[in-house]
Amino acid sequence: MQRTLLYLIIELAIYAALVSLYLAFVLSFLVDWLKDLHAKEPALYAMVAILLMIGQAIVLERLVASLVHLTRRRRE
Amino acid sequence: MYFPISGVHLNPIYLIVIGFLIGTLGGFFGVGGSFLAGPALFAAGLPMNFVVGTDLAHIVGKSIVAARTHRVLGNIDLKLAAIMVLGTIAGSETGVQAIEVLKKKADVDLVVGFVSIIVFSGIALFCAWEGMTAIRLWQRNEGGRNPGPSRKQDVLAVQSLSKTIQKIKLPPAISLPHSGIGSISFWAIMFVSFVGGIFSGFLGGGAGYIRMPSMVYLLGIPTHIAVGTDLFEIIISASYGTIRHAMNGNVDIVIALVMQTGAALGARIGANLTRYFTGPRIRLAFAPLPLLGAVVIAMKLLSSHHP
Repeated sequence: MQRTLLYLIIELAIYAALVSLYLAFVLSFLVDWLKDLHAKEPALYAMVAILLMIGQAIVLERLVASLVHLTRRRRE
Repeated sequence: MYFPISGVHLNPIYLIVIGFLIGTLGGFFGVGGSFLAGPALFAAGLPMNFVVGTDLAHIVGKSIVAARTHRVLGNIDLKLAAIMVLGTIAGSETGVQAIEVLKKKADVDLVVGFVSIIVFSGIALFCAWEGMTAIRLWQRNEGGRNPGPSRKQDVLAVQSLSKTIQKIKLPPAISLPHSGIGSISFWAIMFVSFVGGIFSGFLGGGAGYIRMPSMVYLLGIPTHIAVGTDLFEIIISASYGTIRHAMNGNVDIVIALVMQTGAALGARIGANLTRYFTGPRIRLAFAPLPLLGAVVIAMKLLSSHHP
């Protein structure tokens, strides 16, 4: 039980670190471009917005699955 | 953190925590969670015109993560989801258009609000009663004799409604082998998804708290498959809603992306949690959600009718 909790905390810490890096670098880099697109090209903005959301969801789902897989392998 | 698209300062940790909570609920119950996310975003200071669109965008991402997990668990009926998408989009469009027409003629917010409060409270009470009765049935029938029943085996206290609907022979009839339904009218599925879509158009969000119980009680879909299929269907209908709102300039995608980092984790946890609960227990735990929806609508009505 304690080991499971420890691995859960490790998973969360790695996830939080990766997400912080993503917020700091990728999103802050994209934000000005997205603002311009929102103001000038609403149709293109709509397409980019939905693609970004789908892309991020797939990447995050893979990331969480890989973290769980990795820590489970170490646990075993 | 400053979000220049909507022009607001919001704490990203607040967004991630809200995303996580709603992701967990959504993954477990198969709902979008807009009745919680909407007020939470509004309370944080996001302008109302951005709340609905941004919330829908975040629902898309969260539902993808939860639906992928449910797919691995075998909880998605793709054929059912494909039909429901058509009904939901048609219903949602009808709801949006109808509300625009009605707005010119009457105090439609008040009427729709009161009807919704009654409907949601009714669903909540029914789910609570039915869930408790079904758990007692489950324990009486399975408890002693079969020590390890599959958690996906479903027990319903009220089966007559779905059996009657399955007997309607309005062509075309289709079979849903994944959901264990031999034959059901295409129009019965369309009706359920269309009504859900109308509520979604009236109130915003995905209206999963209408659709999920409707799939179980009216169509006879097992609870686990109703949860997974509803999430899959929400991906398509919420994507459509996101594009529509984004074209009107009402989506701050950066806020939605930040929320989704928390929701991805929550949605996976919520979807995996369904493995440890039987259908009746999921339905019983679901009961407070429509009630929360009713409270949110009541608060909206009170605030809009107060000077």
